[in-house]
Amino acid sequence: MTTLVLLDHDDDGTPRPAALELVTAARPLGEVHGVWVGDGLDAALPGLADAGVLIVHRLPADVWWPAALAEALHAVRSATGADLVLLASTSEGKEVAAGLAVLDGAAVVTDAERVERVEGALRVTKSVLAGTWVSTVEVTSPVAVVTLEPNAVRAEPAAAPSSPQVVDVQVAVSELARSVTVVRTPRQATGRPDLATADVVVVAGRGVDGHLSPVEELADLLGGAVGATRVVADEGWLPREQQVGQTGVAVAPRLYIGVGVSGAVHHRGGMQSAGTVVAVNSDPDAPIFEFADYGIVGDLFDVLPALTAELRRLRELA
Amino acid sequence: MSTRVPGPSRVGRGSPGNLPRVKIVVAVKHVPDVQSTRMLGADGRLRRDGGDGTLNELDENAVEAAVQIAAATSGEVVALSVGPADAHDAVRRALQLGASRGVVVSDERLVGLDALGTAAVLAAAVTVEGGVDLVLTGMASTDGLTSVVPTALAAYLRLPALALAAHVDVADGTVHVRRELDHAVEELSAPLPAVVSVTDAANEPSFPGFRAIMAARKKPVQELGLDEVVPGLTSLGLDPSMLGGRTRVLHAEPQQPRTDRVLVTDDGDAGVRLAAWLVDQRLV
Ligand SMILES: Cc1cc2nc3c(=O)[nH]c(=O)nc-3n(C[C@H](O)[C@H](O)[C@H](O)COP(=O)(O)OP(=O)(O)OC[C@H]3O[C@@H](n4cnc5c(N)ncnc54)[C@H](O)[C@@H]3O)c2cc1C
Ligand SMILES: Cc1cc2nc3c(=O)[nH]c(=O)nc-3n(C[C@H](O)[C@H](O)[C@H](O)COP(=O)(O)OP(=O)(O)OC[C@H]3O[C@@H](n4cnc5c(N)ncnc54)[C@H](O)[C@@H]3O)c2cc1C
Repeated sequence: MTTLVLLDHDDDGTPRPAALELVTAARPLGEVHGVWVGDGLDAALPGLADAGVLIVHRLPADVWWPAALAEALHAVRSATGADLVLLASTSEGKEVAAGLAVLDGAAVVTDAERVERVEGALRVTKSVLAGTWVSTVEVTSPVAVVTLEPNAVRAEPAAAPSSPQVVDVQVAVSELARSVTVVRTPRQATGRPDLATADVVVVAGRGVDGHLSPVEELADLLGGAVGATRVVADEGWLPREQQVGQTGVAVAPRLYIGVGVSGAVHHRGGMQSAGTVVAVNSDPDAPIFEFADYGIVGDLFDVLPALTAELRRLRELA
Repeated sequence: MSTRVPGPSRVGRGSPGNLPRVKIVVAVKHVPDVQSTRMLGADGRLRRDGGDGTLNELDENAVEAAVQIAAATSGEVVALSVGPADAHDAVRRALQLGASRGVVVSDERLVGLDALGTAAVLAAAVTVEGGVDLVLTGMASTDGLTSVVPTALAAYLRLPALALAAHVDVADGTVHVRRELDHAVEELSAPLPAVVSVTDAANEPSFPGFRAIMAARKKPVQELGLDEVVPGLTSLGLDPSMLGGRTRVLHAEPQQPRTDRVLVTDDGDAGVRLAAWLVDQRLV
């Protein structure tokens, strides 16, 4: 069985962290083929070899738009006979997944945390209803398109490296897929890791009252990203694109630290897959304590500086 | 391949000299209230018998966008929902928010559809409606939360999909959208007809007053069964057998909280203790 993995990369050709997580998740399921769009593959090949990718199907740069990419992936999927296509659970990943699943008549499962093959059948597990339930579905159609949450799987090298073969694929994209005119302006890099895929996310809530420096210092010490609740974005304390939640960025870090965050259901909907949840809040009745793994009832302006100073001290000892 | 929604052409409607009237379908879903206790049944399906259902709040932004575009183009807004009987409540709410009429597709054979099946039925209903220039949806439903329906709906209708509009307007038969993604901001435009999903940043949904609530009672709502949308499926090259059967729920259970959870009150050393815990758990 073959799994096709969309290898997301940034504009200079560095694979995004999610790409290697997808490959790691795909390896136990069968042969792994990657799909690469545009330039920069040569520099990425050693990493893909370590990850055990057998074949990389390279598509021309101009199929990046989701509708076009769905058509191109459909062509590669049909040619390889892959029964599973894995993509990252980002907003663009889900758009591609939707278009591809329609073309393939495939099952589509979003926000997956685990994909397994049991007696030949694919099983997908995910957390639902703002993290309060877990469900597992079995795929009963010949093809599945699954979007995997970031950090659901830790990227690891294959037991034995591969020597990936590169296949250039030409695809004729339909008029329809070219019918949207797009003017794209990339965002400036923040110098911090990408929020959606970060391993550690420190979120500022209304409780920070406009004072971001304790949050930013902690995030930087941990090499993490800084997130905001909607209130913090509304107040303009942090930019909108840093909003975490159901209508913001969905995050799934190994470690989530929420400070001055109440834990509203709309916020929880975007961080339900976080591995460990730490909360600092002055209100013992704050809803976030209902699902935090480690909660501190206290003033963030006392707790955060003490935490950062102690972590720094421990680091210097080590 | 045609990029127009099949059905009666809108050309010729409206009086000469007027701007063309834009006919908008807005897709609305009935969901359990996010503030209520939500649960899955043994079949893995959402329990909808809790009684705490509402219009998916993210669809209010889609209705508001539809009403604004219709007002600017002397157009018409049709609210469309697929679901059990409570789909009527979602449509009724959309009528209170300014849609002019409603369509509900409800049929026992449609229970438990997946996202693609839902999108296909919506596409069929849009086709049966005919002459549609613009389909608007919310960015996600607060229950299934897949965000797959809008793009799949566009694919079945063979129309351009412009997802996650933080701003949307229509001028001269073209829809313009701004979307704000993780890595980029995009300005999109496409000729109508098109499908657009709208985020909660697009507008502030209005709160219906007494008059709007009373007026909504008189607005017509049409109910369709599967048989009535089959012609729509057929004209899109689909058939009822493709509506489901792609997945089967094996199990669904409440998330088990960790048994080693910690809750402390700060006495001055909580920060230091948390640092030790994080190191101990190998999280830092
Ligand atoms: C359709 C819709 C979509 C939404 N989408 C999102 C979304 O994507 N993301 C999102 O985050 N929200 C979203 N919201 C808003 C959400 O419902 C909450 O209003 C929001 O998350 C609350 O933000 P908060 O926790 O910062 O503020 P609050 O709820 O006001 O909480 C602030 C917390 O800070 C604590 N605090 C105050 N001072 C201190 C201190 N000195 N030290 C420690 N703690 C302190 C307080 O005890 C309180 O618990 C959405 C709402 C709607 C209706
Ligand atoms: C917890 C849970 C998880 C699920 N996971 C999956 C999954 O991974 N894959 C899958 O295929 N199905 C899944 N489903 C089923 C899926 O939710 C339903 O098929 C649903 O009808 C459509 O998907 P959605 O709610 O995710 O819509 P989304 O794609 O999130 O909705 C976006 C917009 O589409 C419109 N819309 C959606 N549904 C309707 C409707 N019934 N009537 C009118 N407009 C509508 C609304 O405007 C809405 O704002 C899941 C259901 C639940 C309860």
